[in-house]
Amino acid sequence: MQRSLFARQPSVLVFISLLAVFTIVITVLSEGFGLGLVSTSFVKILGKTLCLCLVAIAMDLVWGYCGILSLGHFAFFGLGGYMIGMWLMYERTKDIVIASLAGAELPPTAEEIREGIGTQIFGVVGGSEIPVVWYFADSLFAQLALVVLVPGLLALVFGWLAFRSRVTGVYLSILTQAMTLALSLYLFQNDSGLRGNNGLSGLQNIPGLTHLPQSVVSVWFFLASAFALGAGYLVAAWVVSGKFGNVIRAIRDDETRIRFMGYPVEAYKLVVFTLTAVIAAIAGALYYPQAGIINPAEIAPIASIYLAVWVAIGGRGRLYGAVIGAATVSLLSSWFTGGQAPSIPLGFYTIDWVDWWQVLLGLGFVLVTLFMPKGIGGLFDRLVRKDAA
Amino acid sequence: MTALLEVTSISVSFDGFKAINNLSFEIGGQELRAIIGPNGAGKTTFMDIVTGKTRPDEGRVRFGEPQLDLLRLSESQIARAGIGRKFQRPTVFEAQSVRDNLMMALSNDRLPFAVLGYRATAKDADRVQALAAEIGLSGELERTAGELSHGQKQWLEIGMLLAQDPKLLLVDEPAAGMTLGEREHTTDLLRRAAETRAVVVVEHDMEFVRRLDCKVTVLHEGSVLAEGTLDHVTANSDVIDVYLGR
Repeated sequence: MQRSLFARQPSVLVFISLLAVFTIVITVLSEGFGLGLVSTSFVKILGKTLCLCLVAIAMDLVWGYCGILSLGHFAFFGLGGYMIGMWLMYERTKDIVIASLAGAELPPTAEEIREGIGTQIFGVVGGSEIPVVWYFADSLFAQLALVVLVPGLLALVFGWLAFRSRVTGVYLSILTQAMTLALSLYLFQNDSGLRGNNGLSGLQNIPGLTHLPQSVVSVWFFLASAFALGAGYLVAAWVVSGKFGNVIRAIRDDETRIRFMGYPVEAYKLVVFTLTAVIAAIAGALYYPQAGIINPAEIAPIASIYLAVWVAIGGRGRLYGAVIGAATVSLLSSWFTGGQAPSIPLGFYTIDWVDWWQVLLGLGFVLVTLFMPKGIGGLFDRLVRKDAA
Repeated sequence: MTALLEVTSISVSFDGFKAINNLSFEIGGQELRAIIGPNGAGKTTFMDIVTGKTRPDEGRVRFGEPQLDLLRLSESQIARAGIGRKFQRPTVFEAQSVRDNLMMALSNDRLPFAVLGYRATAKDADRVQALAAEIGLSGELERTAGELSHGQKQWLEIGMLLAQDPKLLLVDEPAAGMTLGEREHTTDLLRRAAETRAVVVVEHDMEFVRRLDCKVTVLHEGSVLAEGTLDHVTANSDVIDVYLGR
C-alpha cells in the first residue's frame, strides 16, 4: 500500500539525478577545480541561479500547492541574506581592523577593535556605534540560527495575524506586498542599523578563507547551493506527496469544504507559509555571499512579483516547473540585461534588449498564461501521456 | 431520551432581516429528519449556525454527551466533534483521486504535524474500500474526482461524510439534479446512515422527502411551523397556506 517517495513522485528521482550530473559537470569544468572552461563569474551566476530555483520551490509550495499567492517571499529571501551578511561583514572588517592596528606599539584593546569595526562599517551612515541588532554578528553559529529564526518568526507572526482574520486571495497578496514594501523602506533608512541604502557589501570575501582564490570559493558555494536545492526539493516533494499535500491542495481548491471536514485550515496555512519562508531565507543566505552585496533594493516589492512570474511561467503545482521557470527566466534575464544579447537594428530604431527585456518578459508571461496555463512544466504532461499511450 | 443536538431559542438577523427567529430544534442519536420550507425560511442559516459558520445573536446550541457548547467552537473543531455537513453543490476535490478524497475524510488526527507524518494503515485502506463499496464507487477509486458524473460526485461526498464518522450528518438538498435511479440510491444511503447516527436532510423536493419516510420539520420565516410525519404536516393548514398552497 505505502509506496516510497520516489515511486509516488518519479520526477523527484529524475530531478535529483539531473542536478547531480549538472553539478559534477560544472565542477569539473570550473576554473577552481578542473579544466577551467567555465569562468568563475559564470559559476557564480549558476550558483545564484540554483538559489533562485530553491526560493521558487518555496513559492510553488505556498502558491502552487497551498493557493496562497504570497507576494512577499523575496523579503524572507533578503532577510536571510542580511543575517548571514552581518557575520560576513563583521568578521571580515574585524580582520582588517586588527591587521591595521598590528603596527601599533601597544597591542590593541578589545574596545579599540570594536571602535575600529564600528567606524569601518557604519562610517557611511554617519555613525561609529555598533547597533544592537549586530549583537551576535561575531558568531557564525548565532547568525546562521538567525537566518532561520528572523524570517521564520516574521512569517509566523504575520501569517498568524493574517490567516486567523481569514484574509485570503488578492487581499492577502496585497498584505504581503505591504509587508515587503514596509520592510524594504525600513531597511533604506540609515538608522535601521543595516547601513541604509548602502546595504552590506564585500560578502564574497569569506572570513577565514581569504587565502583562497574566488575561483575556489565560488565552486564551494555552487556546490552548497546545489546541495541546498536538492535537499529543498526532497523536503518539498515529501511534503506534497503525502496526505499533507492532499490537504493543502484541498485548501487551495476549496477552503470552506476542507474546514468543514475538520481540518484547521489556518494552522495548515501557517505551517506552509512559515516553512516556505524558512526555505526562502536559506536560499537567500546562500545567494548573497555569491552576489557579494545586498541592499534594500533587493527586497523591493517587484522582486517578489517576479518570483510569482517565474513560477507561473514554469508551471504551478509541480516542483520541477518552479525550477524550470526560475532557471530559464533568471538566466535569460541576466543575459538580456547584461548587455550580451545583440541589439536588433531596425534602421529607424534599434531594439536594445536592456530596455526591451521587460517587454519581452511581460509578453511571455501573458502568452504563457493564455496558451499554456500549466506553464512550461505542463509540456512534460504531454510527453508522459504520449509514452503511456 | 436525551437529544444529541439541542438548539434552544436561537435568533439571528442580517441587516435587520430576521433569518432565524426564536428557533428551537432537537434531534436524537439515531434519527433521520427532513427539514423543509420555502426559500428564505432559514434552512441554510440553521445549518450554518450548527456548523459554526454563523454565530447567532442569542440562544444556545448544545451537542453530544457531555454537552458541548457549539457556539464556542470553530468550524473545524465542530467538525472534529462529530458534525458532518454536505453542501448543496457537490463539493469534492476534483483535482484529486476518489481514494485521496476518501483518505482525507477518514476520521484520523487532523492537525498539521500529525498529518505530515501520516502513513496509511491497512485498516484505513480497508475502510476506504468498504466506503467505496457502500457508495458504489469501488471501480473508480483511482479516477480523478473531477471526471465523475454529477450523481457520483454527490455519493462521493456522502461517502466522505461517512468516512468522517460523524454523530450528526447535515445534508443540504442531496437529490438536486439527480436522475430517478440516483435518487433511490441516495435515499438508501441516507437511511442506512441514519441507523447509526443522526441525519438531517434539508430538501425542497416533496417526492424525495416522502421516499425518506421520516419525521419532518417545517420551517417558515426562521422558526418551526410544524413537526411530525409528512402526512401530518401536509395536512396542517398553516403549512398549506405558506408552502404547499401556492
